Amino acid sequence: MATVSPNPLIYSGTRIPYPTPTILEVPVDLAESGDVLTVNFGPNHPATHGVLRLVVDLDGETVVGLRAVVGYLHTGFEKTMEQKTYWKAITYPERIDYLSFQANELVFVLAIEKLLGIDVPPKADWMRTCLLELNRIHSHLVWLGTTGLELGAIGLFWYTFRERDAILDLFEMVTGVRMHTRYFQAGGLAEDIPSGFAEECLKLAHRMPPAIDEYETLLDRNQIWLQRTKGVGLLSADDAIALGQSGPMLRASGIDWDLRRDQPYLVYDQLDYEIPVYENGDVYDRYRVHMDEMRESARIIQQCVEGMPDGAWISDNRKVVLPPRHELHTSMESLIHHFKLVTEGYSVPEGEVYTTIESPRGEMGCYLISDGGPKPWRVKFRAPSFVALQAGPTMMQGSLIADMIAVAASLDTVMGEVDR
Amino acid sequence: MTYADVPGFESESLAHDETTVVVERERLVDASLHLRDEYGFRFLSDISATDYLGWSEPRTPGYWGNGAGRDLNAVATATLRRIPEPKPKRFSVSYHLLRLERGAPRVRVKVWCEDAENVPSVIRVWPTADWHEREVWDMMGIIFDDHPNLQRILLEDDWEGHPLRKDYPIGGEPVRFSEAE
Repeated sequence: MATVSPNPLIYSGTRIPYPTPTILEVPVDLAESGDVLTVNFGPNHPATHGVLRLVVDLDGETVVGLRAVVGYLHTGFEKTMEQKTYWKAITYPERIDYLSFQANELVFVLAIEKLLGIDVPPKADWMRTCLLELNRIHSHLVWLGTTGLELGAIGLFWYTFRERDAILDLFEMVTGVRMHTRYFQAGGLAEDIPSGFAEECLKLAHRMPPAIDEYETLLDRNQIWLQRTKGVGLLSADDAIALGQSGPMLRASGIDWDLRRDQPYLVYDQLDYEIPVYENGDVYDRYRVHMDEMRESARIIQQCVEGMPDGAWISDNRKVVLPPRHELHTSMESLIHHFKLVTEGYSVPEGEVYTTIESPRGEMGCYLISDGGPKPWRVKFRAPSFVALQAGPTMMQGSLIADMIAVAASLDTVMGEVDR
Repeated sequence: MTYADVPGFESESLAHDETTVVVERERLVDASLHLRDEYGFRFLSDISATDYLGWSEPRTPGYWGNGAGRDLNAVATATLRRIPEPKPKRFSVSYHLLRLERGAPRVRVKVWCEDAENVPSVIRVWPTADWHEREVWDMMGIIFDDHPNLQRILLEDDWEGHPLRKDYPIGGEPVRFSEAE
């Protein structure tokens, strides 16, 4: 039941509801018939990946109206970060999206570095890339496990969380904590890479491809999985762009677009990897994109470990970076720098930047405005989940209520990031 | 590249490899259509608004207390080495546009507005603007004309004030079921 939008300013043939793109209105004749049942899905429901409320109008089992209500996890990160020195503010972005914490941390650190104009040593860039790809696999594994769980493939969850735990072990080895690592620093890394990391990381990179094959044996010939995902939640390429979709959502709709390749940051221009693109724009293709991306990430991790250069892991700019601990006992200069950095923080030159990276969920952006002081004047995060959720009503037109679960899962939303 | 042919063009600047185009507030929809159809910026990444209340005033950080709230961090910009240039108006609304091709060319379109000056909605040009504009209204209190559903999105419907404004004190929000209520 594709409806042609009467929006005069946009191409024809779109399925995006009009006038409000994010509200699917019940047709008037149906609403008057009295057969429409309005159901609240959430805010507390295990299939909402957090706290999401969908107000669904049902005609029998068919979704005829839909409206999403968000904001239940709003914690005012952006306001809080205006009160903190840059030094302290780095801890906040990772808590916005608790599955791709390092991606969020990185986008904020990149914004600071762009304003500061500071050079980052190559070793830090390679390590950042390595951790980012580990993080991508981690995030996709959680997505795959929970999506399987919601569609009835319960066993998959235990397999994906087995590998996820191995990745968290690696994070613990490098940073001391399993999540919210705060390992990236303006200028490089917080600490040197521990010895033994390369071996453990390579082990994981070798372990992932067979593990992904194993997940696929559980799903690819599973009739229930195929029937519940193929042809469900269709999103055309034009609609995906008009709705600002990014990441796996866009690539499953046939758009060959990835910021890692098209706007390289870190060392992505020196690595060899493929960007998976699928044409159908349904839940199954989004699943395929996620699987292929995990394989490519494993390849990238291997290249990162093998190509990791020696040298400094953080810049030597003492106006921004803490001096080495041992110098504090012998050098007055270092002591002063340390004291100033910890109490007052470093000042970032006046200006505004918008940095973007390809997080596991798509384009993660950070708009940072500085007035020249040690605290950000304004920080704004462009959250891919927030945008992905807007596509829900377009994709769920006329679908069954059971398909709604599959579609909502395929959006790969993290509600912490939606509500910030 | 210059964007001087964009309707309502006011100025263009390049900083940190990022192009900012300031356009007249009233002609924003025309400018958006031109950028989308002539320049190919089909992808709207983000809309964000900034409150410049207290910007460039020495020793004035912008986080002012009110009768009920606290005056936190009153020295936030007291250590500025250089006082920044004043801004033309209190609020800026920035639209980050992207063209989907190699190199990811981006442009930042910016409009300036005072409190209670409305900004035209671009929701019909880029449908993704829907929630972004609702968020700006919710957080900054900027009204978008012709938005079909301009309601609060992250906060409750009966919330008072707009938290990301600089005169909204931190710690000043009412706490439910506390002794004060």
